[in-house]
Amino acid sequence: MAAIPAADIEAELAEQVAAVSATGGEVMIVGGGTKTFYGEPIEALPLEVAAHSGIIDYDPAELVITLRAGCRLAEVEALLAENRQMFGFEPPHFGEAATIGGMIACGLAGPRRAYAGSVRDFVLGARLLDGRGEALNFGGRVIKNVAGFDISRSLVGSLGTLGVILEASIRVIPAYQQEITLAFEHARAADHVKWINQLGAEPWPISASCWHDGQSLLRLSGSEQGVAQAQAQLGGEVADSPWQALREQTHPFFAGDEDLTRVAVPPASGDLDYDLPQLIEWGGAQRWLRGDLRIASLRKRIEPHGGNACAWRGHAGEPRFQPLPAALLKLQRNIKSSFDPALIFNRGRLFTRR
Amino acid sequence: MSERSREKLAARFREFLAHDNVIDQPTSLAAYECDGLSAYREQPLLVLLPENVAQVCKIMQVCHRQRVPVVSRGAGTSLSGGALPHAEGVVLSLAKMNRILDVDVLSRVAVVEPGVRNLAISEAVRQHGLYYAPDPSSQIACSIGGNVAENAGGVHCLKYGLTLHNILGLKIVTSEGELMEIDQRALQTPGYDLLPLLVGSEGMLGIVVEVTVKLLPIPRCARVVMGVFDSVEVAGASVADIIARGIIPGGIEMMDNPAIRAAEDFVHAGYPVEAEAILICELDGTEEEVVAQIEQVETVLRDNGAVETRLARDETERLLFWSGRKSAFPAVGRISPDYYCIDGTIPRKSLATVLSGIRQLSAEFGLPVANVFHAGDGNLHPLILYDANNPGELEKTEQLGSRILQLCIEQGGTITGEHGVGIEKLGEMCLQFSDAERNQFHALRECFDPLKLLNPGKAIPTLARCAEFNGMHVHKGQLPHPELERF
Repeated sequence: MAAIPAADIEAELAEQVAAVSATGGEVMIVGGGTKTFYGEPIEALPLEVAAHSGIIDYDPAELVITLRAGCRLAEVEALLAENRQMFGFEPPHFGEAATIGGMIACGLAGPRRAYAGSVRDFVLGARLLDGRGEALNFGGRVIKNVAGFDISRSLVGSLGTLGVILEASIRVIPAYQQEITLAFEHARAADHVKWINQLGAEPWPISASCWHDGQSLLRLSGSEQGVAQAQAQLGGEVADSPWQALREQTHPFFAGDEDLTRVAVPPASGDLDYDLPQLIEWGGAQRWLRGDLRIASLRKRIEPHGGNACAWRGHAGEPRFQPLPAALLKLQRNIKSSFDPALIFNRGRLFTRR
Repeated sequence: MSERSREKLAARFREFLAHDNVIDQPTSLAAYECDGLSAYREQPLLVLLPENVAQVCKIMQVCHRQRVPVVSRGAGTSLSGGALPHAEGVVLSLAKMNRILDVDVLSRVAVVEPGVRNLAISEAVRQHGLYYAPDPSSQIACSIGGNVAENAGGVHCLKYGLTLHNILGLKIVTSEGELMEIDQRALQTPGYDLLPLLVGSEGMLGIVVEVTVKLLPIPRCARVVMGVFDSVEVAGASVADIIARGIIPGGIEMMDNPAIRAAEDFVHAGYPVEAEAILICELDGTEEEVVAQIEQVETVLRDNGAVETRLARDETERLLFWSGRKSAFPAVGRISPDYYCIDGTIPRKSLATVLSGIRQLSAEFGLPVANVFHAGDGNLHPLILYDANNPGELEKTEQLGSRILQLCIEQGGTITGEHGVGIEKLGEMCLQFSDAERNQFHALRECFDPLKLLNPGKAIPTLARCAEFNGMHVHKGQLPHPELERF
C-alpha cells in the first residue's frame, strides 16, 4: 500500500487564521469537500486543510491511532485493515477525498452506529486551532482520561464551527472474524421496529440492521462460533450484504433528487405514519423518508418524544437541522464564541446566522 | 460567614425544604466535611437535601441570587475530593433523590434520579436479563449522579466503555436554577454534543437531577482465566498479545506482588503470593465463543512465559478470583495505617518503563507502593503505603504521587483515568495543560456558570494556582515549561 502522505502545515494554518482574525474576516474550512451538503450552505474564504496529513502514532496493540486531520479516510481505513482493525462506527466517505477531519467535524456514522457506538464515542483526544490561531490539545491518546472538560469529543458534529481540527487520537477495534447477513420478512415498518428491539434484549452479535420494502436485514459480526450459533438460532435467509451501499448511500433507495429526510427517534418509537418510501436503520433510531413532506410539522410532532429531523436533501427554504430551544441555542452560541470570539470559522453552518 | 448569616440562609431554605433537610448544626455538618479523600476537610455553611427537581431549581435560584457557592454531592465516595465542601457555601446532597423512575425493557433504558446507587440499577433490571455496564469498584455505594460527574469507569471499560458511553440523556439544573434537558435516545441530535462536556465535569457545569442510562443484555457466559508471572513486564506483554489477536476481554486486570500479597491475606482468593504479577482475564459472550477465546488466551499466556494459568472452574471460583482484585484497596488498607491511591493512565506499551520508574521513586521516597492496573485500558492505580501519624509523611506521599503522575504525562498518558481532578490534582493539571488550554476550560465553564458558583476551586486550576505549583516544582534549577508566561 502507498504510504499516507506526511506534511505538517500547522504553522501556515495558524498564520492564515491569525491573519483572518486580525482583519475581521471569515473562513470556510475545507477538507476533502465530500460533505459540503451537510449543514447550512455558507460562503466564505476557503481554508484548505487537507494537506495537513500524516500518521503520528499507530501501534495496533494500543487500539489507538493518532493522526493529522487531513489524512484521507480511505487510506487510513486501508492501513487499519492491514492490521485487522477498523473504525467501529463505519463512517461514510461520500467520495474518495474524504478526510479524518471531515469525519470528525460531521460526526456521521454508518450501519454499525447503533451497535458499536458513534464517532464521538471513539474520539480520545484532539488538537484544535482556535479562533485566535492558537493550537490547543484536549483529551489524550489513552482510553481512560478524565482530566479537564472532554472538549475533544464535543468537536464531533461541530461542523468546523469551533476551530480547525488539526490532529486526533481515535480508538479502533479489531476486525471481526466472521460476518453474515440474514433476511427476514416484515410487511410493516412497525413489525420490524418491534422485532429488532425485542432482539436487543438478548446478547446476539448484531452489528447492523435495516428495513425497507417489507424486508428486514440483519448483520451478525463476531467470532466464527458466535456468528454460527446466532445464525442457527435466529433462522432467516442468507442475503447479499447491503451495508456498504447503505453506508455510502449508493443503495437504490437514496437515488434521485426527491426530498430526503433523516429522522432520528428513540429506536422503539412508533411508526412515523407517512405514505412515503421509508428505510429504517440503527435498530429503529434512524429512519429515512423519501418524497414530499412538511418537515416543520414533522419536527413539531417528534420533538416532544425525543426525536429530530434533518433536511438531508431538498426541503428548500427549511433549516437543515431541527432548530434548538432558545435556552440551548443561547448556550451553544456562547460555546462557539468561547472558542472563536470573532466568529471566523464556518459561521452559519451549524446554526442559521442571526 | 457569620452564624447570623448561616441562620438567615437556613431559614430561607426552610421556606421550601423540610426542616430536617436543611442541616445547620456543626455536629451534623461534620459528616459532610470530606468525601473519600479524607486528607482534605472543610465544614460547609449548610447541607441541603432536596427531594425533587423543583426543590433543586429553587435552591439554585436562591444561591444564584445570593451568590452562594454550591458543591453537589452524591454518595461522597470521590477519591479526588470532588465533593469537598466550600467554607462559604452549601453542600447540595442528592442522596434523597434516589428513585428509579422508569425502566423501559423494549428500549433498554432506565430513567433514574441521581442518588440511585450504581449497583441498584443492575439489581433492579436483572429480572429482565439486563444490566448497567460501568462498574467502579465502589459500585455498592457510589451514586449514578456522582458517576456522571466523574465519568466513572470500572474493570469492564475496555469492552463496554465509560459512563459517557452508557448514558443516553441527562436533566441538569443550571447555576441560574433552570432545568435543561439533553436527550440522546435518538442517537443523533442537532447542535454541539453537550453530553461529553457534562459527563466528567465534576459538578462544575450543572446539577445532575436525572439520568437516562443504557441497559445491556447480560452476557450468556463469562469465564475467567488467571495468568501467573514471574515478571510484570512479561505480564504486560501478554496483554498486548491478547489484544493483537483481536480479542477484547470483558475485563483484564493486573496486580503486582505487594498487591497480590495484600489481597490474598485479606480474602484468600487463592492467589500465588510468590508471583511477581498476576493477570485476571475475563471473557464474555456466548458459550462457544468464550470456550474458543479462553483457549486462545491460555495459549498466549503460556507462549509469553506465564509460569501457570488457572481457569476458574465455576461461577464461585470466578467470583473468588475477582474478589481479590475488587478488594485490593481495603486489603492494602489492612497492611498499612494509611494508603494513597493514584490514578494515572498510560499507553499500555509504557507499562514496564512506568513500573520501573515507580520502583525507583518508591525507593527514593522510602515509601512502599503496591500496583493494581486496569491492564486493558492502561489505567494504573499505584497505592502508596504511609502513616499519617508520622509528621510530614502525608506531604511526602503527595509528592511521590505527583512524581508518579508526572511520569504518566511524560509517557503520553494522563493524570487521571477515572477518579477526577477534584481538589487533589489541581497542581498536576498545570503540568498536563497549557495556560491557553486551561483558559479555554474556564471560558467554557463560564458559558454554563458565569458567576462560577458551582464547585468553585475544583478540577481546573487558575493561572495563579499554576504559577505557585510550578514554582514548587523547580527541577534542577529549571522551571518546567520555561517558555510559558507566568504571573
